[in-house]
Amino acid sequence: MSTHVLSLLVENKPGLLTRVAGLFARRGFNIESLAVGHSEIEGLSRITILVDVEDVPLEQVTKQLNKLINVIKIVELEPSQSVQREHLLIKVRADNATRSQVLEAVTLFRARVVDVSTDALVIEVTGDSGKTQAFLRVLEPYGIKEIAQSGLLAIGRGSKSITDRVFKN
Amino acid sequence: MPSPTPRASASPDTSGAHGSAPEVLTGSGAIIRTLALLGVTDVFGIPGGAVIPLYDELMTQDVIRHILVRHEQGAGHAAEGYAAATGRVGVAIATSGPGATNLVTAIADAYMDSVPILCITGQVFSTSMGTDAFQEADIVGITMPITKHSFLVRRAEDIPAAIAAAYHIASTGRPGPVLVDITKDAQQNLAPFIWPPKLDLPGYRPITKAHGKQVQAAAQLFVEAKKPVLYVGGGVIRAHASAELLKLAELTGAPVVTTLMARGAFPDSHEQHVGMPGMHGTVPAVLALQESDLIVSLGARFDDRVTGKVSEFAPNAKIVHVDVDPAEISKIRTADVPIVGDAKDVIADLTVAYAAAAAETTPDISVWWSYLNGLREEYPLGFSEPSDGLLAPQYVIKRIGELTGPEGTYAAGVGQHQMWAAQYIKYERPNSWLNSGGAGTMGYSVPAAMGAKVAEPDRVVWAIDGDGCFQMTNQELATCTINNIPIKVAIINNSSLGMVRQWQSLFYDGRHSFTDLNTGHGTAMVPDFVKLAEAYGALAIRVTSADQVDDAIKLALATNDRPVVIDFIVSRDAMVWPMVPQGVSNSYVQYAKDHAPTWEEE
Repeated sequence: MSTHVLSLLVENKPGLLTRVAGLFARRGFNIESLAVGHSEIEGLSRITILVDVEDVPLEQVTKQLNKLINVIKIVELEPSQSVQREHLLIKVRADNATRSQVLEAVTLFRARVVDVSTDALVIEVTGDSGKTQAFLRVLEPYGIKEIAQSGLLAIGRGSKSITDRVFKN
Repeated sequence: MPSPTPRASASPDTSGAHGSAPEVLTGSGAIIRTLALLGVTDVFGIPGGAVIPLYDELMTQDVIRHILVRHEQGAGHAAEGYAAATGRVGVAIATSGPGATNLVTAIADAYMDSVPILCITGQVFSTSMGTDAFQEADIVGITMPITKHSFLVRRAEDIPAAIAAAYHIASTGRPGPVLVDITKDAQQNLAPFIWPPKLDLPGYRPITKAHGKQVQAAAQLFVEAKKPVLYVGGGVIRAHASAELLKLAELTGAPVVTTLMARGAFPDSHEQHVGMPGMHGTVPAVLALQESDLIVSLGARFDDRVTGKVSEFAPNAKIVHVDVDPAEISKIRTADVPIVGDAKDVIADLTVAYAAAAAETTPDISVWWSYLNGLREEYPLGFSEPSDGLLAPQYVIKRIGELTGPEGTYAAGVGQHQMWAAQYIKYERPNSWLNSGGAGTMGYSVPAAMGAKVAEPDRVVWAIDGDGCFQMTNQELATCTINNIPIKVAIINNSSLGMVRQWQSLFYDGRHSFTDLNTGHGTAMVPDFVKLAEAYGALAIRVTSADQVDDAIKLALATNDRPVVIDFIVSRDAMVWPMVPQGVSNSYVQYAKDHAPTWEEE
């Protein structure tokens, strides 16, 4: 299996997410991560899907996604041609004995502390999955109490936009 | 396109002082007005709580004929039969909850066979949705995997655009079922009726015109091929491309096989037609695909019932794959030349391109034809008389076809009788053969025949049904009798779920587990189909021997004041041959039990 990042431009319609997710499930593909939000065009949303699948079935799932009436465009974003980011909120144990070491890790990883209490910190970190995984490994010994993670976000490098040429015809 | 007649709620108001202002209609009125403006003349349905407002408006107009079915599945299959017989969109109406879920089988069927149908369902009040209200079901959610698209409408003003978009989506590109679920309050509320509505479908752009270079590449392969075959699927019928196909076939001289979904797309009587391929295809058709060096697939989808074991299917063939749906191309077998486009346009373009290519390279397929002709001679389609002395089902079906002729329409159920009807009736025109190919829906036949008869009242329409299938949807005979829809039903009564029984006989050591239906010879005959048919007001005939067959069919053909049901009591031992057992290569096609033909070794 290999990981692929699909970026979908979709109409913001009720049930759209069910249609997309259902299609993956029907074809037997597991969605590793999913991020949904507005695009720069009103009424259109952008979905970023991380999926673990071989090339041939990926082509089939892409074609099937394209058949969904509310899906306007699909592009696969190659890692080298795109910027890919995850966003995590991590609640880690940190008391007087360990806080300074945790804060040092935060600084090293260019993460940010967003909440402080006597025995824990909430840290926000952004980066590709290599960085976030490494950060989690460093925090692990202190005791990670909770993680909330966004799906992968991705956007192509350069000046081109996924919405280019969408409404020309 | 018929325009609405001047009825109170179904005509544009041009007489009033506000002639230019849009007329205000109830949502229900808008449904009917929209359907009428789209050209819909017939709908099949049954009322219930959530569609009472719609039915109230239906009563006040006569532009659209509503046929009251006895079960929503009947409405769905009738809409399918209507569409399959004509290419026009079939329409089915059901209420919320169980009414809507009863449509599910027909929707799934239409999805598998690319049948353009529009299903309109009532939904509970928008304010009650999500509360497990009485007769509430999330039919949009339930049908998502089996519809081309669906709409949930909560506001009266959204109705015209939703229905117009649904109709457009159902009937263009690769056709399919589209569902519009409309809440009861949307049906009741008033809104200005604006026509035509703006269709906002930025994500829906079916490709119909093929890429010229691809067509030329296909033509080049075609002229170079020594063993080409035209693999014709149901897409040719949906695209109304039979005339174009005939030209291409005659120009190229290539053999033609028509799949189960494509029977009639190319005349059976044509010298180049070598039969139906697949699990129960003719030996020449199966081997024409299997041993070819070029398969030109036109609106076909390499279904497992056609390919047999995919990894061993047509090992030496290059593939030209023409389909309007890009997702079909290279789904099962990688295409050497993929062509996305409408079959009608692509076939016409390919014919021109072939003529140009053939001017430079002289194709020679004479060796191929002498091989196929040898197979035709050695392995003609045929059957032997059953050893129990009872009527041969194949004979009955053959005679129905011969006595009715190619202008008739034939709708089959699913199973042995379906295969025999595909084999032994000779189809000369598209849309004359209706069946449930992809889904394999038992019970399709009677309501589909009803729909076809409503669409084309002047044609003789036969339901070729089995005793198992008939018991699933025969309630629509009441609809036929009451609404003067005189279909003819031939029950091929072998007292069994025959196809399952055949597999049990062949592959499960004859262990006939729960396939005995006790409707035929030497059984309690429950139900008695003659009595049942009579109870429905049909002319009922029972046939038990070969000498009665013709008279019964002739009487059926002469009876047009009511439906006819003929209970043909046939042998249960008859099997469908030839057969490619499941999961093996097509090279192992068996002409009859334990009788495989010789074929060229690699």
